[in-house]
Amino acid sequence: MDLSLNETQQMLKNTAKDFFASECPETHVREMETDREGYNKQLWEKIVNQGWLGVPFSEKYGGFGLSFLEFCILLEEAGRVLLPEPLFEAVLLGGMPIFISGNEKQKEELLPKVISGESIVTLAFYEEDDLISPLSVQTKASLNNNVYKLNGTKMFVPNANISDLLLITARTGNNDKDISLFLIPSSTEGITISPLSTISSDKQFVINLDNVQIPSSNLIGNENSAWKTIETIFDMAAIGKSCEMLGAGERVLEGTVEYAKTRTQFGRPIGTFGEIQRHCSEMATLVEGTRFVIYEAAWKLSNNQNASKEVSMAKSWTSDSHTKVCAIAHQVHGGIGFTKEHWIQLYSRRAKAAEIAYGDANFHRNKLASLLKL
Amino acid sequence: MRFAFTKEEDDFRQEVREFLKNELPKNWDGIAGNNLEEGASENEWGFTLEMREKLAKKGWLTMAWPKEYGGQNASVMKQVIFAEEMTLARAPGRDGFGIRMLAPTLMIHGTEEQKTHYLPDIAAGKVQWCQGYSEPESGSDLASLQTKAVEDGDDFVINGTKVWTSSAHRADKMFILVRTNPDAPKHRGISFLLIDDMKSNGIQVNPIIDMAGRHNFNMVTFDNVRVPKKNLVGELNRGWYVGATLLDFERSGVEYSSRCLSLLEELIDFAKTNKRGGKLISGDPNIKKEITELYTEINVSRGMSYKIADMQSKGEIPNKESSMSKLFGTVLEQKVADLGMKILGLYGQLGPKSKHNKLKGKIEQEYLSTVSATIAAGTSEIQRGIIATRGLGLPKG
Repeated sequence: MDLSLNETQQMLKNTAKDFFASECPETHVREMETDREGYNKQLWEKIVNQGWLGVPFSEKYGGFGLSFLEFCILLEEAGRVLLPEPLFEAVLLGGMPIFISGNEKQKEELLPKVISGESIVTLAFYEEDDLISPLSVQTKASLNNNVYKLNGTKMFVPNANISDLLLITARTGNNDKDISLFLIPSSTEGITISPLSTISSDKQFVINLDNVQIPSSNLIGNENSAWKTIETIFDMAAIGKSCEMLGAGERVLEGTVEYAKTRTQFGRPIGTFGEIQRHCSEMATLVEGTRFVIYEAAWKLSNNQNASKEVSMAKSWTSDSHTKVCAIAHQVHGGIGFTKEHWIQLYSRRAKAAEIAYGDANFHRNKLASLLKL
Repeated sequence: MRFAFTKEEDDFRQEVREFLKNELPKNWDGIAGNNLEEGASENEWGFTLEMREKLAKKGWLTMAWPKEYGGQNASVMKQVIFAEEMTLARAPGRDGFGIRMLAPTLMIHGTEEQKTHYLPDIAAGKVQWCQGYSEPESGSDLASLQTKAVEDGDDFVINGTKVWTSSAHRADKMFILVRTNPDAPKHRGISFLLIDDMKSNGIQVNPIIDMAGRHNFNMVTFDNVRVPKKNLVGELNRGWYVGATLLDFERSGVEYSSRCLSLLEELIDFAKTNKRGGKLISGDPNIKKEITELYTEINVSRGMSYKIADMQSKGEIPNKESSMSKLFGTVLEQKVADLGMKILGLYGQLGPKSKHNKLKGKIEQEYLSTVSATIAAGTSEIQRGIIATRGLGLPKG
């Protein structure tokens, strides 16, 4: 048992923390909320140049040769500043499915592009029924003369506007889990992309697939075998999102404690009042409780151990606790905290989005319940 | 980062597990639903002492002690594993007062004579100590304590009252904080004394029965009790600081999560094998939700403890982390007991004495007895204050 970062991990964390602190101030986060593309190309290039998109991928594809665990450390720091650039998505939803289920040719061709930023890849999984389940996948892909034809509607696809390649799940057989994964250029005929207006002002889209044709060589992994990949990706995404929440939670705690020390009412800092101290100690305890459960799951995933219980415990705990941390922060901040000009609302809006992403607390409790055979 | 134990640690865990399997009676269920010796009947107390001597012989009770005092200087993680296994098995016999509190104090502040006189008996698990700290008018504000010790010839003469004194009715001896200078600032007029015989003239132990019906706590009164001056530990009037001495023994509070897990697993088993209205209790969505929530919180609590152990392993001093672990862990114990009440339904109200009870009535006992842990050794409110002021740097009110 060793909860400390090793030298490489610590260096990565420090570099990321400094980088994001100077490159991603609050003004940038606000600017991107209304930006058409939702990310800044210069900043994205700088992130790419750090090599961070290659952190969990092997060196032979141009990666760092580290693991998912190290990528989580980056995400924690990105979460601290609410990084709008698609670091999480490009790596976990774009590169990772190819890395874990693509054939060698696909990996050799695609991963260097993902890592170098030449391509941005995203994952279109969700549909009208938003439950994470193979049964929710109703988009159909039918094979004819080595060409698949796809029809259906995908929901909640992150960054589809800036992605040149889409990973799309579609039903290819009659069994529940007969799901396949396709790599489709977003410029392919029959694809229409329309934006959603979201609580966190991030970039999510609806994708319509109308007789979209794609050669069978664009299948990632075997036909009817994508569900296992999706499960692994969503486990990683749940933990990655939890890491972002952890970083954000630490920032919210720090900022709120700072406010409690400096804001005076009744002639003294509000941090001297028992109620405020109680609020702050609860926030601190919730944040403290988060780190171990997240990294325990991340470590197990990185070491190819069964982490099903740990993932569900981590995501359900963090979903609940981070939203609670933000809610308490609002109470400490009083009126100013719910204004658009204040920084807290940037965090609390994204907290809700992160809470429901990749399985909310109830989803993961249900999963845990079945793992406990309840 | 590494979220796994070493081979050596896994082996040690196995060794403790095997030992307990052999030494505990078949289907051992803990004492009155409690992990500790507290509140045990005469028979159970006898068994507790038997276990203690066996654990002492294995060298496990003193494993944290430095080698020069017969310990093993065991790693913090090894201590954590021992605590976990003892708690999961609900095995009695550990010794909080002698081994973990008084002994380190003596190692640092005791005279050579005190060390040679007291430490071997403590190590052998042969004496029961109790702790005379709290008083009726000095609870959270312990430093305001008023029990007086006045010098008289070769002795101190003690007068006053101590309260919440756990196991005083079982104890052979007591370490006690007394006021030796009423005129000094409150922290600087306190001394740390050893009382060699709880049967001394002038000592009266009065039981305090808690709301679970258990006799664990006592009120102890002192009427001109004489204690030789050689039983002063550390300097006169420096007792507050002597009493605050801690060696870097494991203090992760891992018992909270282990105790909760042991009970929750029993509850899960019960819910999966018992029906209400013709349906398995575990199928009730509300019960399911609470079970999974608490299962998760137990892992969070365990993580808090491992964090403390990890810090201690690296020579860092846990501060707010200990308060968080205690705060979170003791509240969690109450939540698990409360879930037990929901799972048992109307049967939850039946205690050990009812012939109609379920799970031997332990849920009623747990529900009532888990309150005290949120109060003892610093109330939840005191812990929150420590987190806010010492941990987060908020100004004192």
